[in-house]
Amino acid sequence: MENLIATAEICTWHEVEYTFISSLGDAGLLELRVVNETTYIPESELQKLEKMIRMHNELDINIPGIEAITHLLERVEQLQEELRVLRNRVR
Amino acid sequence: MAFIDYYQVLGVPKTATEKEVKDAYRKLARKHHPDLNPNDPEANKRFQQLNEANEVLSDPEKRKKYDKYGENWQHGEEYEKYQKEQQAHQQYEPFTGGHASSFEGFGSDDFSDFFQSMFGQSGRSAGGRQAKFRGQDFNAELHLDLKDVAESHKQTLTVNGKNIRLTIPAGVENGQTIKIAGHGGPGVNGGPGGDLYITFVIADDPGFKRNGSDLYATTKLDLYTAVLGGEVTINTLNGKVKIKVKPETQNGTKVKLKGKGMPVYKKENVFGDLYVTYDIQVPTNLTDKQKKLFEELAGKGER
Repeated sequence: MENLIATAEICTWHEVEYTFISSLGDAGLLELRVVNETTYIPESELQKLEKMIRMHNELDINIPGIEAITHLLERVEQLQEELRVLRNRVR
Repeated sequence: MAFIDYYQVLGVPKTATEKEVKDAYRKLARKHHPDLNPNDPEANKRFQQLNEANEVLSDPEKRKKYDKYGENWQHGEEYEKYQKEQQAHQQYEPFTGGHASSFEGFGSDDFSDFFQSMFGQSGRSAGGRQAKFRGQDFNAELHLDLKDVAESHKQTLTVNGKNIRLTIPAGVENGQTIKIAGHGGPGVNGGPGGDLYITFVIADDPGFKRNGSDLYATTKLDLYTAVLGGEVTINTLNGKVKIKVKPETQNGTKVKLKGKGMPVYKKENVFGDLYVTYDIQVPTNLTDKQKKLFEELAGKGER
């Protein structure tokens, strides 16, 4: 059973609005779970969410921007992995 | 400890307005933010410098102090007095701790010694980007030899004074990272702990070249065995094996020893192959008799 964290708690701690988190859920960037009318995120999603909160708060990036960046970062990580394998091959 | 030109870090002139400083910081932060530069320690370092520069130049009081004593920070009488006050003040600051030397906390944003000496530990504004709910992730490197990853084995690591028992999975590759959940920094206000990421750095082996789970090696073969056939002893990762050599084997011939490579990562009892290339050695220091025999062979070949 995975731990769930109430979004309300995250909003207070990080000083973000609930709509920000729900929009990330709508964009498919975050898994949200509703239990007894309270919205939670699984603990495993917290790292991802905090990263998106940082992009939003520290870099002024809006949700479409975060969406684009998330896809590009996935691509970057794939390419880094490919590069690692290829680098090992030419060692 | 070196003087840091914060204006240069942000690429703004000394006359820059507060807004210009803020804009320059935002622009550079977008470029070097660790979240946008995964697995890039250089970007992380650069981002820390930016934060430090921004911390000083965006705060009118700190900027004034920096402008006044900055370049002469080691000599200024007033600066020294200020520094002494800061040091006295620092004694009451809680010890902030640090990372074990072999473990580099990625994303830790400790400021430079220069900053600490000028503004003290307390110089940092409260909050900042460390105000996370989840604990900080730690990154560490573990240096191993090829033979260390030929089979799974347990190892105990010490991270920030805590012992962690870890199984090094067989077949792990150079540069690969594994996550140890919950062994990073503690969470804040009931948040979960961060994770520990361990990157394996596997040294080149003098005897084998590795490609995934396959190994490549070269073995010397004397001319007579190559011509007439026979046996050769080959070093594998787990000991020596004897293999048959066919007569009239050519130089550079490659043979495959099935299952004598590296274990395949996360697959029990599945192994790669070992490819051995023969390097045929032409005999040197021939005796007269040997020379004659070769001449005879060569002469026969001509006719």
